[in-house]
Amino acid sequence: MKDNLILAVESSCDETAAAVVKNGRQVLSNVISTQIALHAQFGGVVPEIASRKHIEKINQVIRQALAEAEITLDDLDGIAVTYGPGLVGPLLVGLSAAKAIAFAKDIPLIGVHHIEGHISANYIEHEDLKPPFMSLVVSGGHTHLVYVKDYGVYEIIGFTRDDAAGEAFDKVARAIGLGYPGGPKIDKLSKEGNPEAIHFPRAKVADSKYDFSFSGLKSAVLNYINSCEMKQQPYHQADVAASFQKAVTDVLVDNTMEALKDLGLKEIVLAGGVASNSSLREAFVKRCDAEQVRLYYPSPVFCTDNAAMIGVAGYYEFQKGITHGLDLNAVPNLKLGQKVI
Amino acid sequence: MKILAIDTSGLVASVAYLEDTMLIGEFTTNHKQTHSETLMPMLQNLTKMLQQDIYTIDAIAIASGPGSFTGLRIGSATAKGLGLALDVPLIPVKTVEALAYQFYGSKNLICPLMDARRNQVYTGLYEFIDEKNEQDNQVDFAFHIIKEQCAMSIFDIIDNINELGREVIFLGDGVPVYENDLKERLRVPYSLAPASHNRQRAALVGLVGIKAFQSGKAVTADDFEPDYLRLSQAERELNEKTEKAHA
Repeated sequence: MKDNLILAVESSCDETAAAVVKNGRQVLSNVISTQIALHAQFGGVVPEIASRKHIEKINQVIRQALAEAEITLDDLDGIAVTYGPGLVGPLLVGLSAAKAIAFAKDIPLIGVHHIEGHISANYIEHEDLKPPFMSLVVSGGHTHLVYVKDYGVYEIIGFTRDDAAGEAFDKVARAIGLGYPGGPKIDKLSKEGNPEAIHFPRAKVADSKYDFSFSGLKSAVLNYINSCEMKQQPYHQADVAASFQKAVTDVLVDNTMEALKDLGLKEIVLAGGVASNSSLREAFVKRCDAEQVRLYYPSPVFCTDNAAMIGVAGYYEFQKGITHGLDLNAVPNLKLGQKVI
Repeated sequence: MKILAIDTSGLVASVAYLEDTMLIGEFTTNHKQTHSETLMPMLQNLTKMLQQDIYTIDAIAIASGPGSFTGLRIGSATAKGLGLALDVPLIPVKTVEALAYQFYGSKNLICPLMDARRNQVYTGLYEFIDEKNEQDNQVDFAFHIIKEQCAMSIFDIIDNINELGREVIFLGDGVPVYENDLKERLRVPYSLAPASHNRQRAALVGLVGIKAFQSGKAVTADDFEPDYLRLSQAERELNEKTEKAHA
């Protein structure tokens, strides 16, 4: 059978990325141009600046992805692109470029859901992984418990009622003076701290046992810091970081394990930028070992935003015959499992 | 030479094919639907209708700014993607200059006004000057820039025009927004462009683009970036903060 080659483009936030994926699971190239340093001075991603940077980089990134894969646009079977969720300005850059290439080369356009991409990142390094499974998606903008029933068939069974986990990391990092991006900085500092030093609340959502809430935890950390400052007591930065991280991790692990059992599933798949957090991984490894559950997670490079994951998700959409017209628009708040056809 | 021209700098979405001195076809809409939904289907339909092979174009002329940031980016990313796929260069065309070409041959001042919000307009001042041929009676017009395109307050551009003391024609989506200010403050005769001539058109971008291409002003699709004429709000605020700190 002829190989299937998909060029994927991702620009939903602050990474301009392109990749070439062969037969759905083999990554021939995965090019990422990150803007983290550019946004650090503003304490977070500025959509207009991100959009401008995407315009500057988009062609170079695509060209490099093709060159590293040693193919040309003429070899492609399709072009997959993130059309949501994400920041509308940034999304439109990758989407517009992808549509133009699809038109010029007369190849199918496959719009991909960014979070479905994150989950699909796991197929790259785990040949044996197949749905159904339970997936926990945690990133700067998302905290979702997703029941993956089949390729391309997703059901959200739990989500955050307020802040995303990554967002809470960023806010706490800012409060204790670590700066942006918060996740990796808290993860690193936590290694020097005692996670049991301060007991922060583990929020449960009253009417849904799978949902998350992190704003209360964030406030508890801010209150703790304020009260220390008011008493002119120095607080131990690393202990705060470690105790906060433990509180987040406990809730994520507990809810995921509970959902897994209730649905009678045997496999857990971590996805999203926060899935590269070492404490979260360790906590999952420990629980999954103890309860004989198989755990999957991607290498850090496939956890954070990348285009390879979009190529993988796009491949499985394409196999199901899902392609899009050239009128496809960016959908900043695209829901998981919702498809624009 | 054959070129594809694109203008998505404002509410208007417009694409055109031009060959040398001929407009082969143009598709222009002035409708609220987003460029992301309309631009590619318009190009697809126009290409089909005109039986064009997109591979036969030599370059892509693109309205490179100023304009709506999002609009500029949809056009730019599209042009860059096409340029990459077709291996053709891009010709950046200043949006306000292309608008001024609506009045090719006008000896009066031409003043495009694009609404730039925050009480500003993207504008410039232009005129056409006779270049009479010695041998026969044919007249050519040279495009003359009196004021380079920029973002400025509507009051300042009106003052500029009053100082020049010449009759002027206005066009662009800033006209309905500032019509009262023009009425109250202008001390020179002025006119407002009619419906057929008061908005962006890709044919004009193409016309200016062909000239620019012939004088070597094309860039690679990879290098092309729009010229927003303005920093982002976050950068503006950061600069103000830094300036205050230094003051």
